This record gives sequence, structure tokens and C-alpha cells, in this order.
Amino acid sequence: MKRSEKIITNTVKIAGSSSILFILLIFVFLVREGLPALGEVSLKDLFSLRWYPIEDLFGLLPLISGSLVVTFTSILIAVPLGIGTAIYIGEIAPKNVKEILKPTVEIMAGIPSVVLGFIGIQALSPFLREFFNLPTGLTALSGSILLAMIAIPSIVSIAEDALYAVPSSYRDASYALGATKWQTIWGVVLPAARNGLMTAVMLGIGRSLGETMAVMMVTGNAATTFSGLKSVIMPVRTMTATIASEMGEVASGSVHYHVLFFIGIILFIFSLVINISSTSVQGKSKQEKGQVIS
Amino acid sequence: MTEPKIRIRDLYLRYSDGKEALKGINLDIQPNQITVAFGPSGGGKSSLVKVLNRLIDLSDVEEMHGEVTMGDLNILDKNLDVVGLRRRIGVVFSRPIPLPLTIFQNISFGLEVAGMRDQKMLHERVEKALREAVLWDEIYDRLDDPAASISGGQQQRLCLARVLALEPEVILLDEPTSALDPVSTAKIEEFLEIAKKDYTILLVPHNQQQAARMADQAAFFLQGELVEYTDGESMFINPRDKRTQDYVQGRFG
Repeated sequence: MKRSEKIITNTVKIAGSSSILFILLIFVFLVREGLPALGEVSLKDLFSLRWYPIEDLFGLLPLISGSLVVTFTSILIAVPLGIGTAIYIGEIAPKNVKEILKPTVEIMAGIPSVVLGFIGIQALSPFLREFFNLPTGLTALSGSILLAMIAIPSIVSIAEDALYAVPSSYRDASYALGATKWQTIWGVVLPAARNGLMTAVMLGIGRSLGETMAVMMVTGNAATTFSGLKSVIMPVRTMTATIASEMGEVASGSVHYHVLFFIGIILFIFSLVINISSTSVQGKSKQEKGQVIS
Repeated sequence: MTEPKIRIRDLYLRYSDGKEALKGINLDIQPNQITVAFGPSGGGKSSLVKVLNRLIDLSDVEEMHGEVTMGDLNILDKNLDVVGLRRRIGVVFSRPIPLPLTIFQNISFGLEVAGMRDQKMLHERVEKALREAVLWDEIYDRLDDPAASISGGQQQRLCLARVLALEPEVILLDEPTSALDPVSTAKIEEFLEIAKKDYTILLVPHNQQQAARMADQAAFFLQGELVEYTDGESMFINPRDKRTQDYVQGRFG
């Protein structure tokens, strides 16, 4: 092989493997800083209901439930809107509307989350406070709505790709059998794009779970215990917001410090599970497509 | 001759890219016969098929005029109930396109979108259609498998069965055997020979041998024109037009 070829190949190889190296480094670092928490705080205390680090109460359940409530509610909002938008852009909208809508959604993806958070504090929270007649508008719901705005663009673009990948011959065949447009979308296009749509949802979940800034600004940041449906309109504190707001003032190497990294490990595992399940869904879709071709 | 099933008069079609697909076609499609539309590709056969069940609505058409009628029904009517039309005029495409559903659902789909909900009736119609398309014996025990899991030849008969399930009056087949092996092709052809007593059939054959085998009536299409239209025997043994002669005898095409 020529020398220049060799250099290029190796450069690309290093670039490619570096991302794996980074992930590994991050994981090693997380484990090294976070795992000692298990020795310093008993499991029973870690999974208790009270997060009050000043009094050495490190119950993580309120934070985990906070993250889950916010993420779940945001997905409930984002999935119908996102998938609906994708269906409209991909299947229904006339060409010129589509040409306006698609870039608009992409611009939405570019809005910094801190800007959304600001809008959330100034406009959304006061509205929610009055609408639900609450003591404060800084609630899980405010965070969920902002997170939905953040998740929608990714859901839309991936879902739209999935719809686009459905061969138009399916639509023709459906129309030829006397189906209407909506019957074709519902009965043929959506089932055919099912796996891609699942990936879109998974990515939306990942996006919501990991988002920090917007959530920290509008959810009120009180580590409240999960109390059913009511949690949605109560202030909550998410795992990400806890790390972000407390990491700056904690003494390096203290118990509190280790517990914060332990939260990082939990987040890491959550997003790992989401990523793995979304790639396994994708893998399955490839197998099925293979069958269609053969 | 009997009253034609479909009458086509001066049918003209131009796509948005400027291509004239049909340049004034006059054609009577007879009931209970196999009408074969053949000729080199780009002759307008597929466009004709699309016009007849209005799948042409999905293409970018710049200009279309003329007269296409089935009985009292004006097929080119802008306000026509195309959904209803497509149930009366079914189409089988050149490649088997099973919908990404189960075998059963592929056939029941057309019935369900037409409003049939009764499970027992659906089952009866599905079985009847599968038997008619000579597929029932091969797949009756895996109706809930994905339609993509059966062979290409079976898939094409499945596509035929789902058209038959709607009990159409006319069946259009656009090169239905071009993706099939000879055995599967023979099965489709056998079916067509039997089915013509119940249906009006327009077949775009995928080669001239098939055209000669199947044609009761034959229409030779060349670059958007209908060059010659006569019964199958005259067409392939004693064509009148010079261009038909040249094509049938293999001098071009």
C-alpha cells in the first residue's frame, strides 16, 4: 500500500475508534467516581424517599420518579404531535406547504434549550398556574411541555424518514383496492413504517430524559415524592437537574459528590437501555425488509 | 358483436414532463374476453391501465381528454367516486406487491376499507378468493403469516386473490407475470382462461408469446398510438399494418 493511503486509512481508523474510546472513558470515570457511593450510603438509604444532602439524606427515588414523570408526560405530548406532523408533512401536505413546514421544524430543533426555558418561565408557567389554579406554575407539566417542544423535531424528522422509506407501490396497491387516503395511511403506511416510528419515539424519550437546562429552569426543582397523577402538576426535580445544580457546590470526593456521580450512572444505564432497544427495533426492521426483497 | 364493457374514444394523455402517453385511442373492450394490449415499452399500455381505474390521479398529468365509459359510468368524470370505481375495476401490477400485513389481511383489506366488518363473511370471502386464485390449498394453514413470507409466484396470486375478493367486473393485469417463473406464469394464465367467463380482462403481456397465447382480442400499441386492433388470431398470423407485421415478426422491439 502507498504511504499516503496508509496514513489516511489510519487517521480515519483512529477517528472512528476514538468515539468508542470516549464512551469507555466516560463510563470508567462515572464508575470510578460514582460507585463508591454504594459503600458510603446503604442501598436502602439510596432508594428511600428523601433527598436532602445537607442532612446526609440521599434518597434517589424522588429524583428518579421526577425524571420519569417529566419524560413520560413529555412523550405523551410529543409522540402524537410529532408523528401527526410527520404524517402531515410526508403524506398529506401539498408540496409548497411541505417546503415551508419541513425547514420550520428543523429550525425548531436549533432553538437553544435555555431560550425555551426562558419562555417557559415567562409565559408558560404563569399560564399554567392560572389555568390549573396552582400555588406555582413551575411544575412537572411545564417541563414536560418544553421537553415535548425539544423532542418533537427529532421525532418528526425520523418519523418522516420512516414514512418516506415506505415504497410508493404499497400506496398504489392500497388505492387500487379502493382504499381512501386515510385508510391507506392508517392501514398500510403506518404499519409498514412501524419500526422506524418506534425508533423515533425511542429517540424522543432519550432526548427528553437527557435534557437538563430547560427542565431545571421550569420544573421548580423540589425533590417531591411521587404521588400519582397529581405529580404532573407539582414541582419535581429530575436527575439531570440535580446533577447540574448541585455539582458546582459540592466538595470533591465527599459522599454527596459520589452520589451525584451515581445518579450519572443511573442516567447512563437508562439511556443505554433506550438506545439498545431502539437499535434492536431497527435490526428487526432490516430483517423484515430483507424478507420482502427475497 | 356484443355491447362492449368499456368504450374508449379519442383518449389523449400527456404527463407533466411533456410525454404524450396516449395519442387519441379508440378501443372497445369486450366483456368475457381477454383483451391483450401489447407492443414495445413506452407505448402507452400501462398508462391506459392507470386511466381505466383512475390510478392516473396519483401521477402528474398535464392534459387528459377523450371519453372512457363503462356502461353509463363516465370514468374520466372529475367528480367520479374513484374509490367505488376501483372496486369495480381491479388491477394486478407487474411486481407482486403484498401489503406489509398478513396473508389474510392482504385479502380482507379491500373488503374492510369497503366497510365489511362481519368476521364470518370476511373469512368466507377470503377463502373464496383464495380458492379462485388457486392458492388456497397451498397456504390455507398459514393465513396469519406475513404475506412477504410466501414465494413470489404465490404472492402474485395473492395479489390476484385480493382483487377477486372485491368481486370486480373488470380485471386489469399489467405484465402480471414479468417477475415470475414459468410454472407460476402458467398458473396465472390458466386462471385467466377460466376466469374470463366471469370477468372482463385486459392483459398487458410481458412478452409476445404470452400475447399470442392469451389474446381473444389484441391491441398493438406503438408510441402512444393504437396501431391495430383485431382478434388474436388475425393479429399474430395475418396482421394488416406494416408496423404490426414488423413487430410481430421480430424486426424491431
